[in-house]
Amino acid sequence: MTLFLQQLVNGVALGSVYALVALGLTLVYGVLKVPNFAHGALYMLAAYVVYVMLEDVGAPYALAILASVLTIAVVGALMELVVFRHLHGKTPVHMMIAALGVLFFMEGTADVVWGPDFRPVPTPLDGVVTAFGINITEQRVLVILAAVASMVGLYLLLKRTLMGMSIEALAQDREGALLVGIDTRRVAVLTFAISGVLAAIAGSLIAPLVLVFPLMGAVVILKAFVIVILGGMGSVPGAIVGGYLLALAETMAGTYVAFAFSELIAFALLVMVLVFRPTGLFRKGV
Amino acid sequence: MGAARVKRLAALGAPLLAAILFPLVVDNPYLVSVAVTAYVTAIAVYGLDVLLGYTGQLSLAHAGFFGVGGYVVGILTSDYGFSFWTALPVALAVTSLLGHLIGLAALRTRHDYFAIFTLAVGVMIVIVIERWEGLTGGTDGLIGIPPPASIGPLSFTSLNAQYYLVLAFLVFTIYVVWALMHSLVGRTFLAVRNSEELARAVGIDTGRTHQLSFVISAALAALGGALYATFLGSIGPDVGDVPMTFNMLVYLMIGGVASLPGPLVGTLLIMGLMQALTAFQEYTMMILGPILVLVIIFFPHGIAGQGKVLFERLTGGRKGA
Repeated sequence: MTLFLQQLVNGVALGSVYALVALGLTLVYGVLKVPNFAHGALYMLAAYVVYVMLEDVGAPYALAILASVLTIAVVGALMELVVFRHLHGKTPVHMMIAALGVLFFMEGTADVVWGPDFRPVPTPLDGVVTAFGINITEQRVLVILAAVASMVGLYLLLKRTLMGMSIEALAQDREGALLVGIDTRRVAVLTFAISGVLAAIAGSLIAPLVLVFPLMGAVVILKAFVIVILGGMGSVPGAIVGGYLLALAETMAGTYVAFAFSELIAFALLVMVLVFRPTGLFRKGV
Repeated sequence: MGAARVKRLAALGAPLLAAILFPLVVDNPYLVSVAVTAYVTAIAVYGLDVLLGYTGQLSLAHAGFFGVGGYVVGILTSDYGFSFWTALPVALAVTSLLGHLIGLAALRTRHDYFAIFTLAVGVMIVIVIERWEGLTGGTDGLIGIPPPASIGPLSFTSLNAQYYLVLAFLVFTIYVVWALMHSLVGRTFLAVRNSEELARAVGIDTGRTHQLSFVISAALAALGGALYATFLGSIGPDVGDVPMTFNMLVYLMIGGVASLPGPLVGTLLIMGLMQALTAFQEYTMMILGPILVLVIIFFPHGIAGQGKVLFERLTGGRKGA
């Protein structure tokens, strides 16, 4: 039972990161119809910003997270301004290939700047919380709490602010939004920036728990796509539920079946969902 | 025979003559082996073009099929005593069957979903290759794969002989793709790409068309992989991995999608440039990424697409096409 509880908490922590990455991906897809492969690179870059701030600058963790969120929001906005703005109206396959180009560029840049090695990130929170006979590192507690706070924040932003409502309007009908006077170009940039913030929070939270390397985003983006397809492309609740489901399935399979099996789960799930329910488990609706 | 036709024949004959003279003129074993690698890759890129260019679907498992073709030939020839000439049809059959089975599931989806689905398939193929150590040698791969056995007086032990054999396979591949595109089947491919609804409305079985295109594409990838394994003498999981698919996609997009010379032009140009600029190897991805984006935005038909416009202007346009 202790093992189960322990793995449950670990699964929830991992699921928090998956859900944050998937949220950014599903937001950009739902609003702008861009299947953004380069989203994983934003997550990778965020982890490197935290690494540089902690290791090279010696800044406190909170400042490192802030720097990472601001940097990646700008990078996300630039992605829209420089690349995807010019692809409006092209086929999804064209957008996907362009996104792959952006991914190459960012991974290649990280490889040139930091080299291909796996780098450990200093652990700012090394305490352990003991509850119900299980040990949880403070970092994991932070991951779970910060992720939930971000999701609540995203919900309030989308439902309660004018900016959020204009994003929803764009998701529902781009021409209609333009007709009622919404600056669709500005909203597109904002959507990419918010998606960057979500990737940055995920990358900053996970960095002290894993090793940082240029291809770390490639594995996560594939899982994020699985989650988003599982939850329905463009669905916000779908991304959250899908993220926790996939992480729990992986953690439990890794504990009770075999570790090698856990990395195949995402793909097995994807195959099953697409074969039996190609539109995803949830209906679309940002 | 009109003047335009003579010019078109010259446009076909000149590159072929250049390819035949290449090993004799450069007389450099390293460059010849680079050309061999580029040709086998180009064969697989033609397979990618059959799917992406002619039916409009992007498969990110393409290098996976390249790897399966290579591994089947490698395992059969080095462990089971098959000759290359008997192993090759087995490799093509196995990969086509695998492609057919994957297609049955994957082609329930289209466009971006299809690309993501096949990406997952590509990752799974590599996991299987890496984990099935008894058969595939795991992450070390297979070494000591023999070159093709002689056919009568034709022996393929010298590098130049291997070069000409690969060149023959490349010409055969280009001919197959050309013949396909000028057949009724090829025209149904284009109809399905341009509008699946319209194609269905005029009575085309669009499901079967996608399926056929996917299987042909997988088989051409396997042909490239099989030749790769036998001529390089070794194969590792890297050649079947997703980054290899990305490379092939870059060659195709830069060369020109849905055009006959496109896959060859793109593969030779980019692989050649990467060889010439080994000092910049570190920056390959940093350079290729933005180029890919620029091609998509400004030249969606690639070099061949731009070249075709120029060529048709020079030869006075295509008549009765």
